[in-house]
Amino acid sequence: MACRRFVNQQVQIRSGARFMSSWWQSVEPAPKDPILGVTEAFLADPSPEKVNVGVGAYRDDNGKPVVLECVREAERRIAGNLNMEYLPMGGSVKMVEETLKLAYGENSEFIKDKRIAAVQALSGTGACRLFADFQKRFRPDSQIFIPVPTWSNHHNIWRDAQVPQRTYHYYHPESKGLDFAALMDDIKNAPNGSFFLLHACAHNPTGVDPSEEQWREISHQFKAKGHFAFFDMAYQGFASGDPNRDAKSIRIFLQDGHHIGISQSYAKNMGLYGQRVGCLSVLCEDEKQAVAVKSQLQQIARPMYSNPPVHGALIVSTILGDPELKKLWLQEVKVMADRIIGMRTMLRENLEKLGSPLSWKHITDQHTAYCKQIGMFCYSGMTPEQVDRLTKEFHIYMTRNGRISMAGVTTGNVGYLANAINEVTKPA
Amino acid sequence: MESLSTKETTSKDCNGKSVFENVVRAPDVPVYAVMVAYSKDPSPLKLNLGIGVYRTEDGKPHVLNVVRRAEKLLLDDKSATKEYLPITGMAEFNKLSAQLVFGADSPAIKENRVTTVQCLAGCGSLRTGADFLAKHYHQHTVYLSQPTYGNHPNFFLAAGLTLKTYRYYDPTTRGLDFQGMLEDLGSAPSGAIVLFQSCSHNPTGVDPNLEQWEQIRQLMRSKGLLPFFDNAYQGIVSGSLDMDAQSVRMFVTDGGECLVAQSYSKIMGLYGERVGALSIVCKTADVASRVESQLKLVIRPMYSNPPIHGAAIVTAILKDREMFDEWTVELKAMVNRIIDLRKQLYDALCDRGTPGDWSHIVKQVGMYAFSGLNAEQVGFITKEYHIYMSSDGRINMAGLSAKTVPYLADAIYSAVTRIL
Repeated sequence: MACRRFVNQQVQIRSGARFMSSWWQSVEPAPKDPILGVTEAFLADPSPEKVNVGVGAYRDDNGKPVVLECVREAERRIAGNLNMEYLPMGGSVKMVEETLKLAYGENSEFIKDKRIAAVQALSGTGACRLFADFQKRFRPDSQIFIPVPTWSNHHNIWRDAQVPQRTYHYYHPESKGLDFAALMDDIKNAPNGSFFLLHACAHNPTGVDPSEEQWREISHQFKAKGHFAFFDMAYQGFASGDPNRDAKSIRIFLQDGHHIGISQSYAKNMGLYGQRVGCLSVLCEDEKQAVAVKSQLQQIARPMYSNPPVHGALIVSTILGDPELKKLWLQEVKVMADRIIGMRTMLRENLEKLGSPLSWKHITDQHTAYCKQIGMFCYSGMTPEQVDRLTKEFHIYMTRNGRISMAGVTTGNVGYLANAINEVTKPA
Repeated sequence: MESLSTKETTSKDCNGKSVFENVVRAPDVPVYAVMVAYSKDPSPLKLNLGIGVYRTEDGKPHVLNVVRRAEKLLLDDKSATKEYLPITGMAEFNKLSAQLVFGADSPAIKENRVTTVQCLAGCGSLRTGADFLAKHYHQHTVYLSQPTYGNHPNFFLAAGLTLKTYRYYDPTTRGLDFQGMLEDLGSAPSGAIVLFQSCSHNPTGVDPNLEQWEQIRQLMRSKGLLPFFDNAYQGIVSGSLDMDAQSVRMFVTDGGECLVAQSYSKIMGLYGERVGALSIVCKTADVASRVESQLKLVIRPMYSNPPIHGAAIVTAILKDREMFDEWTVELKAMVNRIIDLRKQLYDALCDRGTPGDWSHIVKQVGMYAFSGLNAEQVGFITKEYHIYMSSDGRINMAGLSAKTVPYLADAIYSAVTRIL
């Protein structure tokens, strides 16, 4: 065949081709992602005792990943019935509608008035990135204020969007709670009209959330300064078991009249991690502006991936669009949240029973009666060196900032974990 | 359940104006605007020949049987979870995808010189490649064919690269402007990136033949230009996956480097699942490994890790001999239907004595026919016949059927005789 002749020919003909060294000779090996690298290391570990409290994916009490029953049922309904046509650039309209109800409220006036510009996004990461790119394009002089600490990928996202970053105080290491006074100072001292990234609930990695009263004060101060609030809400329903309660911070800001932005994710609360389903919304002045903003968000999505993946969106809209399935989902979310709350209690009790001289109250509550750690993560207060010992000596994997993913804790391993933590943290 | 009072909802004086006051409405994407117009058209005669999705003879969306089978397998697999994929995606998917485009016996694969990462279809693969090049490659100029797929410029612009074009389509012959292409590539600065479509060129349907590809390859290598292939229609030109990948494979067999963006949207009908892969063929395994680590840094702040479902379907099909064969049979049927429609349309146009030479309809290959109709003629056809296509005259052949070919032929005849 003609083609084979040519293929053979040019294997022999090296003429005309400049065989210089690789174009990529100077490419440095990239550092491993601090969070995802943990799971990689965990998987490579042959020890039968190994425990993964690294990445934030829910596990049942047997340490197994969970596919929710409501999700299984949704997939049964979807398979074989629907085609796989492209979604619009802004994603599944139905999925977005249902998702906005979760964040803004079932009967939100903003939804009725069509004031929300919203697009389906690639989970929370994708939503944050769309917003960051949008912020860069339309507020090129702005910066983003990010809490210390935060999910490490937040820094990557706004950096790749080329939005300069500043930080604000958040975590108080001594009390393992919220550094509220310093937080308020930073809000006051930021230039008027600054952009702030807020974790709506279940702060990652600390688990420390402001109380309702503190949120009201933050909102009030935001008003005074004309700041823009961007909420990353990745754990709605997952923190307290009640989605409305977990959206309290957002509802407070809405009540106070802020025009906010929200990143929502179904990775954890619907267990759809790898399906990459989320939503970015921006509350606008009116419908006309919402249309304009949405069209621009789509323009950013188009050269990134054109249109978002359909399968996960179908699962979400099937569940949330069916009252029975939605009810089932809410029950299943509560089960997950309750198990985590239960594990927090057990971990703390085990540590206290071991006679650990340190205080572990922060795992479940805070003696200053303001905040308690909540959600998937617990900021243990351990140092990177102590974490390294946990890994080397006990085959326990977590990120080096001492963040424990409570979802990885089970009745089966909580004793082992408590013992190990006690060993590495007790005074020498 | 709290509800917000009227007073609170209308309190815009909280922060004054929106911080996004200055945002103007973006222009519609041209091909989507066509789709919207089509969907709003109440005419029972309307025909959608715009967006590039395959349709059945009944004009319906087409889900391949083998895809339905794969779906069922996945559904029945109770052990499957929805855990995050690695940043680079599903390993088995990546391996099989590389084999699909480069050939299972490709020395580059055997030597571990290829890094393949799962991306969001062809678009995501192109953008990831573009971002990688912007960060790590010394040359920031990208050459695109004139014309090319409407979204191509956007990926590279978003990455901050500079665009240039090379001559490609010759309107007088409705074929390849090969001399022009060689001249333009020949005058490109050393190291410039050149985007090729491996086959089934969108929008023109004009592909270089193998002799021409070989000349292009020699020129590229002698000038040290970097090839980047958009491989979205492998199998849709000839029905043979290997044949349609020849252009890419030439650039791998010669030991050189290239990038390849792969899409399963059309070839497996997985459009909305967004399944694809970016492969970078490197000189050495060590380089490939470092490149892969850097690709992760591009992907993580974009969407962290890719979606499972589509990749799981592809993997199920590619790894099972029987399902793979079933897929190639279905692919061939799709291709044959398109080739047959080209003949039907050509015959219908000739039968009507339509002025002009319409042989390009059967000479062009793949999903699209570049009709040669001008924007005015296209507008006329849309208005009078409710037939929708891109304003550049690109027709999605897969949107036709034996029933509708005569209608389209009537419309074209009408347009070229009434409007010159």
